Amino acid sequence: MSKRAISPTVQTLDWPAELHRALRSHGVRQVSYVPDAGHKRLIELCQADAEMVAVPLTSEEEGVGLAAGAWLGGERAALLMQSSGVGNCVNAFTLASNCGFPLLMFVTMRGEWGEFNPWQIPMGQATPDVLRLSGARVLRLEQAEDAGAVASAAAKLAFDGYASVALLISQRLIGTKSFEEKP
Amino acid sequence: MTLLHRRKVVRMLLEQREGLLAVAGLGSSAWDCTDVGDHALTFPLWGAMGSASMIGMGLALAQRRRRVLVVTGDGEMLMGLGSLATIGAHHPENLSIVVLDNERYGETGMQKTHTGCGVDLASIAKACGFEEARIVRHDAELGSMRSSVYRARGPLFFQVKVKAEALPLVLPPRDGNVLRHRFREALLGGSAANR
Repeated sequence: MSKRAISPTVQTLDWPAELHRALRSHGVRQVSYVPDAGHKRLIELCQADAEMVAVPLTSEEEGVGLAAGAWLGGERAALLMQSSGVGNCVNAFTLASNCGFPLLMFVTMRGEWGEFNPWQIPMGQATPDVLRLSGARVLRLEQAEDAGAVASAAAKLAFDGYASVALLISQRLIGTKSFEEKP
Repeated sequence: MTLLHRRKVVRMLLEQREGLLAVAGLGSSAWDCTDVGDHALTFPLWGAMGSASMIGMGLALAQRRRRVLVVTGDGEMLMGLGSLATIGAHHPENLSIVVLDNERYGETGMQKTHTGCGVDLASIAKACGFEEARIVRHDAELGSMRSSVYRARGPLFFQVKVKAEALPLVLPPRDGNVLRHRFREALLGGSAANR
C-alpha cells in the first residue's frame, strides 16, 4: 500500500499547528505575512501567540526586509506567503544572499495540483526555480504527518546555516481551492 | 528659496547619536551617512532598493528600547511605498524615516522622480497613520526634527527637501556579511552575534 493511500486519516492532523510549534521552538519572534487561505490557521496561531509579533504586509518583499532588520536586532523572523508572492520578492532576496541573513519562508503552493485558476499556474510552476535561482534552499511538505519535522529542519537550516530557506507546502496537502466550495 | 544641503541634514541627525540605530538607503543616502563617519550601527544598503524602511521596522520591533532611524532617498522610498502602509498599520513607536528628497534619481543621471512631479510623500505617510509626518524645508526646522527622531513617539516621517547636488562619494564597506556581522557585534556583543 502506498503512503498516499493512508492519507485520508493523516490529513486530519493539524499540520499548521505543527508549523507553529516549529516556529516557536526555534525562537521565531516576528512572523510577517501576506494572507493565503492555506496559511489561515497558522496566521491565527501566530497572532494569538504572546511570544510572537504578527506583521501583515502589503507585498511579500517587505517581509524579506523585515526579516533582515529583525536579525540585525537579534531576533528571528519568518515570512508566510503564497507562491505568487515569491515573484514579488526577487530583488529583495539579494539582501539575504549578499549579507548572509537567515530567511525562513513558508510558501503555500498554487498552480500545481488541481488548480482551477489559470493565472496561478505560471508563477506556481516557476516558484521552485525562481527560489533556487535567487539562492534559496527549497524543501517540500507533502504529507501532514511530516509537518513538524520538515518545518523544524527548514528553520534549523535557515538560522544555523545563515541560509535562505523556502518550505513549499503542497497544494495537494492544503486542498484545492474552488469557487464552488462554501467559504 | 535656498534648499537644504543633504550632508548637513544627515550630519545634524547622526552626530552625537547616543544609542541610535540607523539604516541607510542605497546610493547618496548611504554616502551621506558614511560622510558623517563609518559606523558599525549604521547598516548601509548597496542594493535591494525599496527595502530600507522595512529593515528599519524589523530592527525597531527587535530593539524596542532603542531609537531606529531610516535615512533614505525619494527614489528608494517611492519603490517601497507599501511599507509606509505596513509601518502605519503596525505603528512601531521607536521608528523614524527621513527622506532626503532631491526630486531626482541621483545615481543614474538626475532624472526627475515622482516627488518632482508633485507627489507628497509626507501626506502619504500621514494618511498611513504616522504620528507625525511633514515636509522640512528650512534650517530652522532641523533642530526640532532631530529632537523628534531621538525623543518623540513614532512612527515619524520627515520629507526633507534638499538641493540636487552631486557630491564626492564617501563609500561604506561593500561586503554585506561584514556590514551584518559588525552591526550585530556592536549591538548584541560578540557571543550573541555569533549565534
